[in-house]
Amino acid sequence: MFSDERDRPEQRPAGPTARDVAFWQGNTALAHGALLAGCNFFGGYPITPSTEIAEVMAEELPKIGGKFIQMEDEIGGIAAVIGASIAGAKALTATSGPGFSLKQENLGLAYIAEIPIVVVDVMRGGPSTGVPTKTAQQDVMQARWGTHGDHGTICYAPSSVQECYDLAIKAFDMAERFRQPVLILSDEVVGHMREKVTKKDPNKLKIVNRVRPSVPPDKFTPYEADPVTKVPAMAAFGDGYSWHVTGLTTNDWGFPTNNPSEIEKKMLRLVNKIDKGRKEIVEYEMEYMDGANVIVVAYGSVGRSALRAVRDARTRGIPAGFFRPVTLWPFPGEELARMALGAKIILVPELNCGQMVLEVERVIRGRSEVRGMSLVNGELFKPSAIRRMIEEVA
Amino acid sequence: MPSTEVLGWLRTRFMPHIWCPGCGHGVIMHALIRALVELNKDKTQTVIASGIGCSSRMAGYINACTLHSTHGRSLAFATGVKLHKPELTVVDVMGDGDCSAIGGNHFIHACRRNIDITAVIMNNNIYGMTGGQASPTTPAGAWASTTPYGAIDPSFDLCKLAEGAGASYVARTTIANPKQAETFIMNGIRKKGFSVIEVVTHCHTQFGRKNDRRLPIDNYRYFKEVSVPLTKSKTMTPEELAGKVVCGEFVDKDVPEYTEQYAKVIESARKKG
Ligand SMILES: Cc1ncc(C[n+]2csc(CCOP(=O)(O)OP(=O)(O)O)c2C)c(N)n1
Ligand code: SF4
Repeated sequence: MFSDERDRPEQRPAGPTARDVAFWQGNTALAHGALLAGCNFFGGYPITPSTEIAEVMAEELPKIGGKFIQMEDEIGGIAAVIGASIAGAKALTATSGPGFSLKQENLGLAYIAEIPIVVVDVMRGGPSTGVPTKTAQQDVMQARWGTHGDHGTICYAPSSVQECYDLAIKAFDMAERFRQPVLILSDEVVGHMREKVTKKDPNKLKIVNRVRPSVPPDKFTPYEADPVTKVPAMAAFGDGYSWHVTGLTTNDWGFPTNNPSEIEKKMLRLVNKIDKGRKEIVEYEMEYMDGANVIVVAYGSVGRSALRAVRDARTRGIPAGFFRPVTLWPFPGEELARMALGAKIILVPELNCGQMVLEVERVIRGRSEVRGMSLVNGELFKPSAIRRMIEEVA
Repeated sequence: MPSTEVLGWLRTRFMPHIWCPGCGHGVIMHALIRALVELNKDKTQTVIASGIGCSSRMAGYINACTLHSTHGRSLAFATGVKLHKPELTVVDVMGDGDCSAIGGNHFIHACRRNIDITAVIMNNNIYGMTGGQASPTTPAGAWASTTPYGAIDPSFDLCKLAEGAGASYVARTTIANPKQAETFIMNGIRKKGFSVIEVVTHCHTQFGRKNDRRLPIDNYRYFKEVSVPLTKSKTMTPEELAGKVVCGEFVDKDVPEYTEQYAKVIESARKKG
């Protein structure tokens, strides 16, 4: 599940000391992960079950000279965060359901203008106000397609408090690396439960920062992409470069364009930079996949119930396997398809009426049966419910 | 003819501009640039933010750090820029619809916070870009494409709105007095706090066409006729003031500015933490 060496928790011969570990809520861990990643700006608006992230940031940011602002709504929250990032900040906003809907238009501006930001959605149930205090995974497709227009999406779903911390760091790294918004789709269970977190040593952590222009201001072409990474270098307002940011589709100079080939070039680059960088982005976790006949694909909090169910099924002699996409978008479809070759059936339990199951069907292409399991009562799957289903279909 | 200093602030590469010949937005852009030149501002330390509308296209034409954002939201973007880098000069240019319809909430909160941003509102009483629909400043009785029987809703007084919401500098003029526009914008930028300069302008293409002010020149004549200096307006009755545009500086006060207040938050957090 760890993409490279530096993401591994420290191995210390004497074992962790009290200063290396914390007992945190998922939301608190996420905020601390963001701070460690270099986050120095937060803009947002209170909403359950995400508010603790804002509260931690309000307290911690000024201590390090960072800025926190409670805006007049979520639209303003993401706008301020984009503005701060354009001025050079590493900026975070966090919200839930209704607030995530409000952020969609400006999220699109960050995609097209290629502004790195991190947006957290701690999922709760239902359209509209729904069930603010209960968990759900109903925003999975909104995360992928919520704003209008095409773009690549980077989205992570933590399933433990440790992962809230680790993925906050990864999210900032990926936002800076690919110059685009990165989403963290947490949920009420993960956001509010408390677990032990092993902290990372800031001195040993390598964080990623956006590539700055290396040319003098008069030679700077704001959207000229690096030929290899497909990502342009980014100046910050106030750094000595004067450049134009707009939500209009532009050419490499950042000028609005109606030229078909310039429009196409920009659109394709937005999508291709993510396709090309897929390996750096995608993370997943697997257990018991050897000879698995029934594979359970689950993410976020449901990943915990699913892993337990698979383990229990194995002790009962059923060849069950567990696959957890840590990255929801881009979906680790190639990896799943490869591992699932020969499996009889794939179960996809989710806290919605069947969203990620569509993606699983798409990548499995009928080679195995794919069956969704829905739970939309605000509760988390009990491992026994998933185990019983495994037994039934095995 | 604009001076060479003024021309230096233009992104001629972005030209030709999208504005109709004779549109008042150009007059306001010229006044803004003259103010920036007069104040000796550095292009790399000056941010021009805007939303969406004909007026908001101005950001693209100015050679500075420019942020053409989403409809109505520019002040929220500008707030993020300014809070992260308080040393930057931030000007936000917007249309009446951009500022007071879709952006009304951000507008009153920027006034309330009193963050050091200068908002220049180009009030042409209409949605120009989308083809002449009514805006919150379209006068009752006026014709717009969405008020084919005449507007029935009362309009906003943007300066009173800004004053009520707490802005530290509020002024109004018209494009018929570009020198005054330049002075007010300059005073606004100098002011440490949130400044609002409403420049009443025209959209002859969309508003004028339907309301007997078809040519740019008709609008200049009209603005000269209806403008009343603030001092004189104080001697006039409400009946005499009906339909008039009162021009002048309504608010000019020194109150705590947001980023300075936040610097104090940092200070106390550091002491505590
Ligand atoms: C969210 C959203 N809604 C609607 C529009 C369409 N739209 C573009 S400009 C505009 C009105 C502009 O009017 P105003 O701000 O007064 O500026 P003007 O064009 O008159 O200068 C509208 C409604 C949009 N771009 N975005
Ligand atoms: S439509 Fe109106 S506001 Fe827009 S450029 Fe033309 S005259 Fe100006």
